[in-house]
Amino acid sequence: MTAVESAPIQPARKASGRPSATRLLLNNTLATGGLVVLAAIVLIALAAPILPLADPNVTAPANRLLRPLSEGHLLGTDALGRDILSRLIWGTRVSLLVGISATLIAAFFGSLIGLVAGYAGGRIDTVLMRGIDMVMAFPYILLALAIVAVLGPGLLNALYAIAIVNIPFFARNIRGITLGLARREFVDAARLSGKSNAQILFIEVLPNVLPVIVITMSTTVGWMILETAGLSFLGLGAQPPQADLGSMLGDGRKILFTAPHVSIIPGLMIFVLVMSINLLGDGVRDVLDPRLKSGALSRPVARTAVTRQGLVPDAAPDPAAVLDVRELRTEFHIGGEVFKAVGGVDMRVGKGECLGIVGESGSGKSVSAMSIMGLVPTPPGRITGGVALLEGEDLFSASDERIRQLRGSAVSHVFQDPLSTLHPLFTVGDQLVEAIRAHEPVAKSAARRKAEELLRTVRIPNPAERLKAYPHELSGGMRQRVCIAMALAHDAKVIIADEPTTALDVTVQAQVLSLLDTLRAERDTGVLFITHDFGVVSAICDRVAVMYAGQFVETGTTEQILSSPAHPYTAKLIDCVPVLGEPDRRLDAIEGRPPMVNDLPKGCAFAPRCPRARDTCRAAPIGLTELGDGRTVRCLYPLTEDGDE
Amino acid sequence: MSEGALLTIEGVDKTFGGGRTLFGQPRPAVHAVQDVSLDVQPGETLGVVGESGCGKSTLARMIVGLDAPTGGRITFDGRDLAAEAGRDLRRLSRDVQYVFQDPVASLNPRKTIRTILEAPLKHLTDLDAAGRRERLEELMGAVNLAPSFLDRYPHEFSGGQAQRIGVARALAADPKLIVLDEPVSALDVSVQAQVLNILDGLKDRFGLTYVFISHDLSVIESVSDRVAVMYFGHVVEIGTSRSVFGRPRHPYTHLLLNSAPAPGRRSLSAEDAHTELPDPYNPPPGCPFVPRCPRATEICSTAMPPLEGEAADPGHRAACYHPHEHGAP
Repeated sequence: MTAVESAPIQPARKASGRPSATRLLLNNTLATGGLVVLAAIVLIALAAPILPLADPNVTAPANRLLRPLSEGHLLGTDALGRDILSRLIWGTRVSLLVGISATLIAAFFGSLIGLVAGYAGGRIDTVLMRGIDMVMAFPYILLALAIVAVLGPGLLNALYAIAIVNIPFFARNIRGITLGLARREFVDAARLSGKSNAQILFIEVLPNVLPVIVITMSTTVGWMILETAGLSFLGLGAQPPQADLGSMLGDGRKILFTAPHVSIIPGLMIFVLVMSINLLGDGVRDVLDPRLKSGALSRPVARTAVTRQGLVPDAAPDPAAVLDVRELRTEFHIGGEVFKAVGGVDMRVGKGECLGIVGESGSGKSVSAMSIMGLVPTPPGRITGGVALLEGEDLFSASDERIRQLRGSAVSHVFQDPLSTLHPLFTVGDQLVEAIRAHEPVAKSAARRKAEELLRTVRIPNPAERLKAYPHELSGGMRQRVCIAMALAHDAKVIIADEPTTALDVTVQAQVLSLLDTLRAERDTGVLFITHDFGVVSAICDRVAVMYAGQFVETGTTEQILSSPAHPYTAKLIDCVPVLGEPDRRLDAIEGRPPMVNDLPKGCAFAPRCPRARDTCRAAPIGLTELGDGRTVRCLYPLTEDGDE
Repeated sequence: MSEGALLTIEGVDKTFGGGRTLFGQPRPAVHAVQDVSLDVQPGETLGVVGESGCGKSTLARMIVGLDAPTGGRITFDGRDLAAEAGRDLRRLSRDVQYVFQDPVASLNPRKTIRTILEAPLKHLTDLDAAGRRERLEELMGAVNLAPSFLDRYPHEFSGGQAQRIGVARALAADPKLIVLDEPVSALDVSVQAQVLNILDGLKDRFGLTYVFISHDLSVIESVSDRVAVMYFGHVVEIGTSRSVFGRPRHPYTHLLLNSAPAPGRRSLSAEDAHTELPDPYNPPPGCPFVPRCPRATEICSTAMPPLEGEAADPGHRAACYHPHEHGAP
């Protein structure tokens, strides 16, 4: 263990590329419009006492039913000669007040019930939620009517009725979220830190639920205002002479044909108010909802954008290679910052050859592999340079349709987590048949026979029965076999396997690896194998490329690299892993952290962590040097030369 | 050999589900841990290794009192651990702590590191505000992190740093035993070594005892004094690290060791397809490894073999009727 030094301090990156919540909200035109309108309405309503308005409740029979724009009454008067403008503003004030207070009451009690039910679970959950179910089983207006009937008509009672009717909405939403949070590890951790249940619920869980409560509130306020108006319209809310939007609408109903403005004006007001609140509420939800925040709203296109700048490398394809990638560069543009995930990578996979790419998370190994078939999401990703030649055909300049044809046929993928790659609602057979028929116009029955054959190829016992199984009915190893079967459906020339065994148990991993190894020998398929584990590499790969900060730092045959690594990073990476059978081996940790790919150093990216680094390493970019035998290393002072010039 | 043991587990079972429905139908029950007995000596590291679904995490949660065993007895330092956890988890948490697998998920995203680390100090120790501040700095130093990190939020940390914070939290109340549940599985290999080295240093410095759970054989081999191999809820082999890895007796341990990839090892010996675990809702009466076992005979599927030591090394015990004998590969 190295001496106790103060930890590698990564300077706080305050100016993060992610735009702030307010800016996101303001980017949304509709939400901004809603915000402006709502703010105007609220300001006017708040200012009602100081505005030069007529008394809303003073009747003047002489001036009854004046049309809008008449003198002294901008919006006219109603059946009792009261000024409509004044009543509208005072009425809006009441409606807003009732709507917002009802929301607050419903949010408080609903969230409380939801939190307790979701956290406690078991019997308490059952009792609370069945109670909520009973409230929900009544038509809401009937329930509100019943509550008002018991309490008597009046604005305050209408408010209670609406609040109670809306409690279930909050309770169910919040319970769902709490249920997920209560099983999270940090809750267990808090319990082991000695916190009581109440402390965990209100100090640990509540802050994480709060955004959801705000989202739910923002989307319900408008609804509550409508309901208040509805009750007042029926005469159960605001009592005369008090103005509120619903009762104004109700007053105008009888004279709708003779004096339409009396009902249309409050009707419009309700419309504008609720509309603005809903638009704003949707905007707030889009900003706060973590699922939408992660970029789900900006739907990626079907293929990575290719904007190659400068010269496309001279493309004289290597005849021995099935897949030949040169100078691949892939970048992510997020909020004005450029993340150079892949910075110039050359990969060659021959027929029946397995090339392993080894690196830590964030080194760009997956992005390199995904770039080949255009599977990096755009936005924010884009390929900015290089060529990918599949038997001489440039994949980056091919048409979208051509890429669609090649995906899953000539080039197929096997991903890390088979449970999320397979569709949970279709049987394994259906999915295999679909994969077969996507590129081959055969009858369903023929495809099914082929699917059975494929399952047999990947050594799944009893394939005819297994076709009828759903993914969740299979073990992890079996699921990964199904994924491999799918990748083999069309005589793939290259299989891109992205950490295919990382999620599997060691005994299952051994099976899947030996299966892959046999299959590629039998079918002469090239394999691009991505992993972080040198043990797995030696089990399957012929050649290895070690990746660091978006570039290959060393390539060579598996044996060469494992027995005599040339790059200091490779050497350290091998040394820091415990090896079975060598329990006393000293683990040599690599100090520090890999550089961020949006802030790469000018010279060698590994220099800050490298014990052999000198000033020349930091001065300029370092190219790959040939070491002979097809071996390359990106280092000025590789280990094979004992570090001396 | 349980004399002087810090932690003793005797015949512990854990069943999830079960009971009866409203209408008296029996509910299905999963037998996660079955009849597990082991003990942990003060100052040692006991490694628990096994594949997913073998019950190792359930065992860990029972040791720290997050789950209660459905049968058997767990004794810590002479106290009945399960009863104490039900009555007063705080008292147990002062002595037994836990480090979680997913370092980021185990930290509340909306709390600063200071708040997170102060919680155990507040609830489990008698330190006053000044004492807590001092202890916080000490803890951060112990896990090699700068004290300025205290006012940051969990998402600002890399996995390795977050896991060191998880270790600091476990250390806070000065426990005797720490249960580490796959503490390095979620980390990159270069970071994994940092955390393993820190854990090693802390153990000597604070006189800790570890129960180290992992699916990674090489990690277990490098950290453990003794190792317990679990399969389908049972401990199938237990002994010193050297003897279990050097002379494995149970056929399952053999399979595990031969399946593990190691740099430089070209071919992995893989068995053929049938590798599914038995149905946990309906465990077989005999050894659960029978369907995969090359040495299985009739007796194996009738009753679970007892965990027995060998003549030459009574501490190295295996639950097998036909164990590999000495000298076998």
